[in-house]
Amino acid sequence: MSHVLQIRDLRVEAPDGTVLLHGVSMDLNPGEVLGLIGESGAGKSTVALASMGYGRGGCRITGGEIRLAGTEMRTAPRQTREALRGTRIAYVAQSAAAAFNPAMRLERQILEVPRVHGLMNEAEARVWMTDLFSALQLPDPEHFGRRFPHQVSGGQLQRAMIAMAMAGKPDILVLDEPTTALDVTTQIEVLRLLRDVIRRYGTAALYITHDLAVIAQIADRLMVLRNGREVETGPTAALLDTPQQDYTRLLVAERHGSLTASQRMHNPGKDELLAIEGVDAFYGRTQVLHDVSLRLNRGETLAVVGESGSGKSTLARLIAGLLPPARGEVRLDGACLPPELSQRDNAQLRRVQLVYQLPDVALNPHQTVGEVIGRPLALFGGLRGRALKDEVARLLDQIGLPACFAARLPGALSGGQKQRVCIARALAAKPDLLICDEVTSALDPLVAEDILRLLLQLQDELGIAYLFITHDLSVVRRLADRVMVMQTGRIIETAGTATLFATPEQAYTRRLLAAVPELRTNWLDEVTAAH
Amino acid sequence: MAWLILQRLGLGVITLVLVSMLVFAGTEILPGDVAAAILGQNATPESLAALRQELGLDSGPVARYLAWASGILHGDLGQSLANRQPVGELLWPRFGNTMALAGYAAVIAVPLAVGLGISSAALRGSFFDRAANVVALATVSLPEYFLGLLLILFVSVQWGLLPSLADTWSGMGLAAWLQATTLPMLVLVLVTVAQIMRMTRTTVLAVMDQPFIETACLKGLPMGRVVLVHAVPNALGPTINVVAFNLTYLIAGVVLVETIFNYNGLGRFMVDAVSKRDVPMVQAAAMVFAAVHVVMNMLADIAAIALNPRLRHPRVKES
Repeated sequence: MSHVLQIRDLRVEAPDGTVLLHGVSMDLNPGEVLGLIGESGAGKSTVALASMGYGRGGCRITGGEIRLAGTEMRTAPRQTREALRGTRIAYVAQSAAAAFNPAMRLERQILEVPRVHGLMNEAEARVWMTDLFSALQLPDPEHFGRRFPHQVSGGQLQRAMIAMAMAGKPDILVLDEPTTALDVTTQIEVLRLLRDVIRRYGTAALYITHDLAVIAQIADRLMVLRNGREVETGPTAALLDTPQQDYTRLLVAERHGSLTASQRMHNPGKDELLAIEGVDAFYGRTQVLHDVSLRLNRGETLAVVGESGSGKSTLARLIAGLLPPARGEVRLDGACLPPELSQRDNAQLRRVQLVYQLPDVALNPHQTVGEVIGRPLALFGGLRGRALKDEVARLLDQIGLPACFAARLPGALSGGQKQRVCIARALAAKPDLLICDEVTSALDPLVAEDILRLLLQLQDELGIAYLFITHDLSVVRRLADRVMVMQTGRIIETAGTATLFATPEQAYTRRLLAAVPELRTNWLDEVTAAH
Repeated sequence: MAWLILQRLGLGVITLVLVSMLVFAGTEILPGDVAAAILGQNATPESLAALRQELGLDSGPVARYLAWASGILHGDLGQSLANRQPVGELLWPRFGNTMALAGYAAVIAVPLAVGLGISSAALRGSFFDRAANVVALATVSLPEYFLGLLLILFVSVQWGLLPSLADTWSGMGLAAWLQATTLPMLVLVLVTVAQIMRMTRTTVLAVMDQPFIETACLKGLPMGRVVLVHAVPNALGPTINVVAFNLTYLIAGVVLVETIFNYNGLGRFMVDAVSKRDVPMVQAAAMVFAAVHVVMNMLADIAAIALNPRLRHPRVKES
């Protein structure tokens, strides 16, 4: 049988000479879905883009062969590569919101593919687009394309991106984390439709993801990559059940662990630390929080879960004083907190600290780690000189980084190390309450795992209370004493973690719980059948 | 969106009113006395007082401002102090001359600059890109009077191709007019092309780094289409802004060029009026220049609002 894509000993280098791929080989059969898995920096996207004859950000393909539809892509002239892109191989990006031209109607961007490549006339292309919209269950398929990207929801836009990739009837789809940016309930819907479309039209796919449970539902074979090298390749079920390499075993074990972990033993304090009473909040004229009330005891972990737009992060901003409420009050240790940040005194500021989702943007790139951590120490603790240095070293030790990191700039740190520095900065203030806003969602699974372990350990040592905002329910199960479910700015259910997972009361909570992919290859079929 | 545009129009009107106050206040605090300037050495205290009364200089500043402003609203720019003619009759032909020269320069400079900017962005790092940038930097670094003198030295004096003085009169033929004004036009083009080109290049390049451009490339679209259909429409806002800024300069910033080439435009009109202390003429010219600034900026902002797809096609509420 002939392969639709054949890669031999592919080498890719970054503009600065760093080798990103050290000789990767693969074959893709017609209609086959090959999952590329691994952590960031493994070279997943680099392989996939190289198969389109494309190097992102000035990366160069320096060696090997890429045979696509009988053409050697590496040495082919630019016109040949352009002619094959979109018609033989097409790309679906992680963020459809960024991948669509904001100034153009969806249909113009989709029809452009078959029209520019001369595959169909205008009428045929339009019929084909409408077929795709129907297959992807987009609303009003005849007229959906008239909309602009900002006029449709995230899940719809991701499906429109799939339609745009399919518009040129390619043999191969390159799917680069196509569901990662979506909410859990949207994710399974897009995943299911994507699988249906691939099967219906017999399209092969390179599916890039770091989520083993997602890829298990769609891939025929898996290839594990690490640091630009192949670790192992095999049929999906076999690779997940009996991984041959240590690294694969580690990845599989982590995912199993996060899915099945039971709640930890933890006895939080009984004194109330934080109380919120009947809070309403607005962005402009839009109400984003409706009558929100909650309690959090000393040393307790309260998880706040919900989909994007549910008001989780708004709640964090409100407690931190970044968004004053329109009604209601926030109390810390029984004393009312001023709504505005500027009205809070140093002691109040010190006791509530915030750790953000993206450590890359939360750190000033021109300040060393020592300066970042030393600032709250000087401000709240009045430390300077030798004492300040010692305390920075102690905090670095506490979060598991060597003391010499104090002299480094954030640019020289990995994502996980940056997040540790952000945590150390928060700890430096000796807070009673740490608000963690999706602190692990931007990290690779193994790194996220380490950060979670660190947070648990810190809580045991220091007795800090956590308000843990996340959309990842597996994290909740392991970390939280209690869980609060939010939807469109309202709290719809609050319960002890074990209770909530065992007997969710609200239909929405049940839907959220059911949408978490499991590491079985037939999970999606079961969920689909159950509907 | 209509509301946003109305707001912007309202702001423009308010700005003009404030500017008129500033212009009036500015001419008010100019040193020297018009009456003394007109009468010169023959002035006696009695004749000075009589002339001041005749010119209305003895009433309070607020009253004079209101009278002046309402005159403008009725299209009456006042009377020249020096030769007692209506300012409008003297000013509008000169403004027409300035607009003609600005238009001549703009017709050549804007398409040339935007085209060069887009091409050098598309060919980033190429020889063409670097050469265009070096030339642009060179022309933008030279002051326009120096550029003007260089052109006069070579084109008029050494090679004798074009006249060094831009003498124009009403009723002259188009060919003669073009010959007379080409040299000042060249200076204006050289000064404005560089800035528009570099700004266009920068904004197009910023758009070219967006993920949706990568998507367009991965759809297999040819480079020309990627740049013209996907990148340029998203770079229009800032480009229109810098074009408007330079058009404003062509109309309101040409004092030096008009002086070098002795061109009968509004810039020289204002210089002459200042030297004669002819306050109504100065005020009127300043108001026209200010209005050009305000109107051009307003048009650029309105264009930016009108081009924003999020404002043009608001999100419909899903049922």
